[in-house]
Amino acid sequence: MLRLAPLVIAAFLAIVSPTSAQVPFGEASTVKEGLEIGTSTSEIAITSDFRGADLTVFGALTNADELFLAIGQYDVIVTLEGPRDYATVRRKERVLGIWMNTNSMTFELVPESYSLASTREIDTIDEEPSLNSIGVGINHLALTPTGYIGNAVDLSDFRDAYRRLKLASGLYQRDTSGVRFVSSSLFRASLRLPANIPDGVHTVRAYLFKGRELIHERELPLRVVKTGLEQAITDTAHNRPITYGFLCVMIAVITGWGASLIFRKD
Amino acid sequence: MTVYLPIAELSVNIFIILGMGAAVGFLSGMFGVGGGFLITPLLIFYNIPPVVAVATGANQVVASSISGAISHFRRGTLDMKLGTVLLAGGLAGATVGIWIFSWLRRLGQLDLFVSLLYVVLLGIVGSLMLNESVRALRRSARNEPPITKRPGQHIWVHRLPFKMRFKKSKIYLSAVPVVVLGFAIGILTSIMGVGGGFIMVPAMIYLLRIPTNVVVGTSLFQIIFVTAYTTMVQAATNYSVDIVLASILMVAGVIGAQYGVRVGQKLRGEQLRALLALLVLAVGIRLAIALVIKPEELYSVAVGAFAN
Repeated sequence: MLRLAPLVIAAFLAIVSPTSAQVPFGEASTVKEGLEIGTSTSEIAITSDFRGADLTVFGALTNADELFLAIGQYDVIVTLEGPRDYATVRRKERVLGIWMNTNSMTFELVPESYSLASTREIDTIDEEPSLNSIGVGINHLALTPTGYIGNAVDLSDFRDAYRRLKLASGLYQRDTSGVRFVSSSLFRASLRLPANIPDGVHTVRAYLFKGRELIHERELPLRVVKTGLEQAITDTAHNRPITYGFLCVMIAVITGWGASLIFRKD
Repeated sequence: MTVYLPIAELSVNIFIILGMGAAVGFLSGMFGVGGGFLITPLLIFYNIPPVVAVATGANQVVASSISGAISHFRRGTLDMKLGTVLLAGGLAGATVGIWIFSWLRRLGQLDLFVSLLYVVLLGIVGSLMLNESVRALRRSARNEPPITKRPGQHIWVHRLPFKMRFKKSKIYLSAVPVVVLGFAIGILTSIMGVGGGFIMVPAMIYLLRIPTNVVVGTSLFQIIFVTAYTTMVQAATNYSVDIVLASILMVAGVIGAQYGVRVGQKLRGEQLRALLALLVLAVGIRLAIALVIKPEELYSVAVGAFAN
């Protein structure tokens, strides 16, 4: 039942908003705002000395309403979502004096990494139910458990733990002043990519809000790739594991044998 | 200077890994052990995922055992036939061990099980060794001659069937306990990332009554092949052998071992065993403490869906 609530409210808003928006700004509504974004790079390379990176996303508002710009009623949220996968959260309990994993919960296809930048605190940009429905913000990402759920308290505990751990590991981050308007219609967002960022296709998404209402959404892919030797090693390990294992053993044999030759006493 | 470990998927300080490898290599050279039982817990303490630590530890043991085995082979203190029988059990054990390893990983109990196994085995072996070496030290302090085993003493092991003659060891022994010992050590190799010499050597001397001079060389022979096999199978099933991490550890380890051997030759046997016993106990206690104190974070996240 609880899961239906945001949907119902979102549907309600969708019906209500067009009429309420039309009354005060009837004249301006003929020209629609546009949003364009671009990134400083379309590919991030993980090299052997990779310690994280910064990604800059540039964006432009077209046909912006001067009045709304002047009173700061346009807000931008930019996110970088990592590849999605299932995530299992486990909880330890004391059993016979030893702390061991006893309970677990698996969430459906959640981003492995998530970085967010916004013009201000996102809860002041839009209402919580609509943020939940578009899934923007660390606290608003859909965390849908798979299988049987014991009770609602557990569910919220596991969700909180998931967010807390992801934030602590740096895989999830937010910067509520990460989006800056460099001119009246041009903005720049800085996103931090942690050192432990997963490789794969990430998605940059920009959301434009006008007076607490989402009016535009744009997305761009960003590839995060392990380069050179790292890539070769990972590829070999996963695609040709026997060759890889053999190589590991050979290195050990050569190292061990070599040492006994070099350090031979006679 | 940081280096990215492609399989562990994290960046580490290369000097810490080099230091770890050299320190464990030094100790393994000094005490004549493989060092797997130190490397794996150290890697876990340094936040390397236990899955990677165990598999990479096994790979590291291949390198550290080879030079020892070569010198024993040259000196003629390696019984190939006995080693091959041990190895047959070891390969079967390692296969079963990998299966248990993957199963525990799916259950989310691998880390706990690895730690528990370390605590139990290091605790037992450490206490036994400490007890024995303290007695030996007391005896030598009182200038008493060391107690020697009475030859020809028969225990239950010698009544088992399938007897084989091992010429180099000069014994006539049932193949059953040898295969069983190899099997048990094989399981430990794949679950704990150790060679298992610290259990195999005492078991061969005290349980199987194999002459001491061939025990170390023969156990090293078994360890090389079982750890090499475990490395291959871990790479093929769990994709968890980190070649970069292993290479750094190996190079630092074999160099450290050379200096360890020199220092070890200056110390007396009993003192050496007492020191090793204390070290083994310390690692075991450190792991035990981590199991019983309340962790700061009760929750953990793993990528992927696992059967509950």
